[in-house]
Amino acid sequence: MSNVPADLKYTKSHEWVRSLPNGNVEVGITDHAQHALGDLVFVEVPEKGRKMSAREACAVVESVKAASDVYAPIAGEVLEGNAALGTTPELINSEPYAGGWMMRLKPSNPKEVAGLMDAAAYSRFLESEA
Amino acid sequence: MGLKTPLHSRHESLGARMVDFGGWDMPVHYGSQIEEHHAVRRDAGMFDVSHMCVIDLRGARVRPFLRKLLANDAAKLTAPGKALYTCMLLESAGVIDDLIVYAMDDSWFRMVVNAGTRDKDLAWITRHAGEFGVEVRERKDLAIIAVQGPNAREKAASLLPEDRREAALAQDSFFGAVVPGTRFGEVFVARTGYTGEDGWEVVMPATQAVEFWNALMAAGVAPCGLGARDTLRLEAGMNLYGSDMDESKHPLESGLGWTIAWQPADRDFIGRKALEAIKAAGSPRKFVGLLLEDRGVLRSHQRVVGNAGDGETTSGTFSPTLERSIGLARVPAETRERVQVEIRGKLLDARVVKPPFVRNGRPLVA
Repeated sequence: MSNVPADLKYTKSHEWVRSLPNGNVEVGITDHAQHALGDLVFVEVPEKGRKMSAREACAVVESVKAASDVYAPIAGEVLEGNAALGTTPELINSEPYAGGWMMRLKPSNPKEVAGLMDAAAYSRFLESEA
Repeated sequence: MGLKTPLHSRHESLGARMVDFGGWDMPVHYGSQIEEHHAVRRDAGMFDVSHMCVIDLRGARVRPFLRKLLANDAAKLTAPGKALYTCMLLESAGVIDDLIVYAMDDSWFRMVVNAGTRDKDLAWITRHAGEFGVEVRERKDLAIIAVQGPNAREKAASLLPEDRREAALAQDSFFGAVVPGTRFGEVFVARTGYTGEDGWEVVMPATQAVEFWNALMAAGVAPCGLGARDTLRLEAGMNLYGSDMDESKHPLESGLGWTIAWQPADRDFIGRKALEAIKAAGSPRKFVGLLLEDRGVLRSHQRVVGNAGDGETTSGTFSPTLERSIGLARVPAETRERVQVEIRGKLLDARVVKPPFVRNGRPLVA
């Protein structure tokens, strides 16, 4: 079973969103997603300052098998991409919800986060997809 | 639901991630594709390749038949058990399939062909076998497990009767032999593979496949999926049918010129005329290895930009041994060493190299 932390929000395209105390958010891909992709070998995160709309393809994760897009869970501006993934993309495999975070965003509309799935809803979504 | 090999439920019980591969439900990995890759380069790993199709050919004129059917020359198979890698061509010289043929004895040859090409291969072989009176029989009753890696043969030999081990281990590369009286029945052990490492491919009764697999696991051989099989074969510079070549491509633009037996000049194999014309004119395209110098991952069907015009990657992956991306590509014949590959709209630097990239655990490119 995939690990689905209770304190995060989720998308149907398997990104997670963590609300930070300062109102910004941290984004990564879920344990389910990293497991489905297999060993990650290359990650491309968006540049600081990039403005994106919700569901826009904004990053790429490449496993040994294939390249996959990562989508912006909400609209916002990129504050920082996780530079550590440049040399250690496997952090996404080993700690998808911690060291494997991909980017930090300043939400265009802070209320948008509330509209995402909570852990229970995402778990049900995974079961329905299996 | 896809086709299943005799090991299907064993893969599932080992936690394999299953994917569709040419209509077959096959394991892509059992946890970590990269660890499985390293197991084969450093120790011993095994692959269920029972989806591949074993075809037995029997008849007094089986050798003349194969000398007509195949672009490499079955006359080279002088010793019993000798194996030959070859293309089977259309009259146009397009590649129908690549395969290994073993000389079992004077009137019995065994072919192992790709899973995805089974139907058309059997139809083509049968169509031409008639005039030579050769019987074509698909062996659905058999399974194949490839055991590969520097310690693979040693570990696998422990499954054979003690009095058979020495002879099996003494077998040369690209030879196979029937080993009767094992606890798995009669098995066929061939020193061939698709990884660039030493090892065996073992053909056994399908009913014995699970037992054989479990015994190999107990001997310390790691289950490996088709994912690792692909990164291993790419490092070894070995072609994948359907990706690196197909019926619209000829061997001389697919890095397979070395498998064509031009001599003797009077051997009239299927595709020879077309191939000779291509050779005389000079193939406008060549097949090369690529080493990505920038960060990223080469994949098939990416545009290759070079001094002599555009080409295209046919395979690409991340090489776990080299820890960088490698690929195979078809490019204009005049292409020099420096090229660029277009990945998601960006042109990344790559270098043209001669495959293989890795053999017997050692990097051959830097």
